Amino acid sequence: MTTPPTGTVSASPSTSRLNRAAGGTANYLDERTSIGAFTKFMARKIFPDHWSFMLGEIALYSFVVLLLSGVILTAFFVPSMDIVHYEGGLEQLKGQEMSKAFESTVHMSFEVPGGLLMRQIHHWAALIFTASIVTHMARIFFTGAFRKPRELNWLVGFTLMIMSLAAGFTGYSLPDDVLSGNGLRIIDGVIKSIPLIGEYISYGLFGGEFPGEVLIPRMFTAHILLIPGIILALVALHLFLVFLHKHTQYPGPGRTDKNVVGLPLFPVYTAKAGGFFFVVFGVIALLGAVFQINPVWNYGPYDPSPVSAGTQPDWYMLFIDGGLRIMPGLFEVVIGGYTLSLNVLIPAVVLPGLFFGFLALYPWIEAWATGDRGEKHVLDRPRNAPVRTGLGVALITFYVVLVLEGSNDIVANLFRLSINDLTIMFRFAVFLLPIAAFWITKRIAMGLQRKDHELVLHGAETGRIVRFESGEYIEVHEPLTDEERWVLVSYENLKPHEFGVETNDFGVRRKGARWRRFKTAWSRFYFEDRVEPVTPAELAEAHEHHAAEVEAKKNAEPRDHGASHA
Amino acid sequence: MSTDNGSIASETHGSGVADGEFVDPGVPAAHRPRRADVDPKAARKAEVQVAAMFGVSILGTVLAIYGYVTSDASGDDLAAVQRTTMLMGIGICLAMLGVGVGAIHWAKTLMRDHDMVEERHALRSSDEARAGAIEKLKDGATDSGVGVGRRGLLKGSVLAALLIAPLSVLVPAVGNLGGDWNVSNFKHTMWRKGTRLTKDPDGTPIKASDVTIGSVFHVIPEGLNELEHGKIEEKAKAVVLLVRLDPRDLNIQPGREDWSFDGIIAYSKICTHVGCPVALYEQQTHHLLCPCHQSTFDVANGAKVIFGPAKRPLPQLPIMVDDEGYIVAKDDFNEPIGPSFWERLK
Repeated sequence: MTTPPTGTVSASPSTSRLNRAAGGTANYLDERTSIGAFTKFMARKIFPDHWSFMLGEIALYSFVVLLLSGVILTAFFVPSMDIVHYEGGLEQLKGQEMSKAFESTVHMSFEVPGGLLMRQIHHWAALIFTASIVTHMARIFFTGAFRKPRELNWLVGFTLMIMSLAAGFTGYSLPDDVLSGNGLRIIDGVIKSIPLIGEYISYGLFGGEFPGEVLIPRMFTAHILLIPGIILALVALHLFLVFLHKHTQYPGPGRTDKNVVGLPLFPVYTAKAGGFFFVVFGVIALLGAVFQINPVWNYGPYDPSPVSAGTQPDWYMLFIDGGLRIMPGLFEVVIGGYTLSLNVLIPAVVLPGLFFGFLALYPWIEAWATGDRGEKHVLDRPRNAPVRTGLGVALITFYVVLVLEGSNDIVANLFRLSINDLTIMFRFAVFLLPIAAFWITKRIAMGLQRKDHELVLHGAETGRIVRFESGEYIEVHEPLTDEERWVLVSYENLKPHEFGVETNDFGVRRKGARWRRFKTAWSRFYFEDRVEPVTPAELAEAHEHHAAEVEAKKNAEPRDHGASHA
Repeated sequence: MSTDNGSIASETHGSGVADGEFVDPGVPAAHRPRRADVDPKAARKAEVQVAAMFGVSILGTVLAIYGYVTSDASGDDLAAVQRTTMLMGIGICLAMLGVGVGAIHWAKTLMRDHDMVEERHALRSSDEARAGAIEKLKDGATDSGVGVGRRGLLKGSVLAALLIAPLSVLVPAVGNLGGDWNVSNFKHTMWRKGTRLTKDPDGTPIKASDVTIGSVFHVIPEGLNELEHGKIEEKAKAVVLLVRLDPRDLNIQPGREDWSFDGIIAYSKICTHVGCPVALYEQQTHHLLCPCHQSTFDVANGAKVIFGPAKRPLPQLPIMVDDEGYIVAKDDFNEPIGPSFWERLK
């Protein structure tokens, strides 16, 4: 955005030289890349403003921090399972047998200035990366941002979430300490439970028997090349689709499915979003500086024999560990001489499969119920989609129960409970609490809708109490402005959808009748209970009612009411 | 103030409604000014604050480099490492936060914040564009000679070749992953008849007389530490927990009458659930607890599962005492140790 020199503006020589240099560079680039047209398209692109839109930014920026700190770590990490005897400076490990992977991890922590900081920054960034992806995903879910045309981008984001878990787990396992080694052994046990091919997957993965000599180098390649490569490609696709679709916006005056209201990329979001990268980096650096994380030298190198109590995986793996803990052993069965370990297979393979499958397909699952085919760019307030919000909270509740069960030893210790009683309690809670959470959330959402309904009809409470001559007290209600009211009445009032008739004109059952019947029932589940938005007719009626009341009082007591301030 | 109530009607009937529906009032034209918009002093103050934040960033960079230069990386001083971590980390934190907070403060106080509107366009291509695309594809298909219903052989063969070609790389790649693919290794450990039970990790043999009632030994097979190859893999399968109970407490399982010796009994230490070491022994109750998923085994009762996600008892290592009084194995385990797998019993 250089200002062309005009006759009236006398630019100082240095400025004009700078301008000429900038212009020259821009011209050079444009003649080779059409960057001019691109800049014209991008520079003033409008983005709506809301705090919840920055959750995805946290994920993106923590990924950049992961790349930066990760590159530094690779300069010192030795991805090898060769056994060495520790000869570094740390007294407690002197002479111990360990893999080169573990030795190099300790070496970079204690003998490379800032090495420990980089390890801690990298680990904290990984935790924040996964956490922000999940939170971002929850925001998308609860506001309905996954609806048409964004279903495919939801899938891209979902895959990114899975990739972040893979990145986290492979990275966590690289230092080859006792904790991560036991984690790997658990994964080996889970893999072996897969019918038919489990043993072979395990043997192939470890290049022989657990733990073998190739796993760390293989995971290293996956962790620093394959997975980040896939994540980078998917992030590019994710952002490309965001630009193509233009950002969603919350409901408000002037916000429609046909426009986007907000502030321009340059300069506002260049400063805000660009600045936010530095904030995220700064906060992660602070965590890395102040809070110790994964002190592997205290755990010791991997040895298949020892283990300690109260050991937890990183938070994003806790729900699988919780599933493994909660499942009673009696589900292991032998069929025709073959062992089917359902006590492992169900919580660690089937359940995550169903959970993630439901999440991945949710945009289509909901579309069965709505039968809606239009583009949706205005977000839902969560209360205006009570069933979706209820389902989301039920899923989170289910997840949280498993996370708590995954820390059941710590919970039991903290509250002085029997760990067995706690597990038995969770076995019931994992089924009952999500159902209760769904029902309660749906009711709360509808209650909030009714509150909105009241607010539109009768205005906002002001807290001002007025007394009539008759001695009656009323509270004055302030009417809403058009803008305030619009937010509360403009939501989509979806009704149960009938998906076609059962039979054709000749009374013969049409094909796919069962599927349509399911969709009709599914739609009823979503939209049977609903709070209709206020119509102008209802509003007018409410006001006439008030006016009539007031009129009646005026007639009864023809004196100035204003004098009776309480 | 009853007039407040009465006045609503006249207000709403007039605006915001058309055809019995509420009408979008549109983006509010009025913009709520910020202090810096109206007060040049406030704007100047914000400018100074932003500049100060950038100044903090520069100081942070200096601090980080100071922390690096003055670090002591001799490798044995935990406090020195923590000091370096702290100084450099807080330095980097300030260097980054200064830039970030400064930029955001600038955007929020000084940059114009009037809402702007951009139109969206439906993502669907126009009918014309779609028709054009189909036309082009048809032209291309015609040029290639494989229009609808023509040259089926070409289409079929190219598809088959493309589908199968990846196997030329994938089969060897996957084939190499598992080395010798000898999964029957899962079923055996290095325990043999006469292998002495030795202490983990130093490998000193254990005499029956050393094992007092209530004591527990973490055991590895003799010769494990001398293995040139596959030491850790063998250890992962062969670790054993040796305990001695009062023989009156010990409920010996049928068929295993001579697998223990005077209350001394040995079980595999690898959990039958997913393979964690079952390392926590409760002396009073004779319970073995796996700290990973809390499977609990009753040592006095054939190591049967009494709680948790494991189904099968821990495999028992048959033991006896040799001529010199050392505890030795009578044989390998009679079943695969550790987690279940499909062909475990085959």
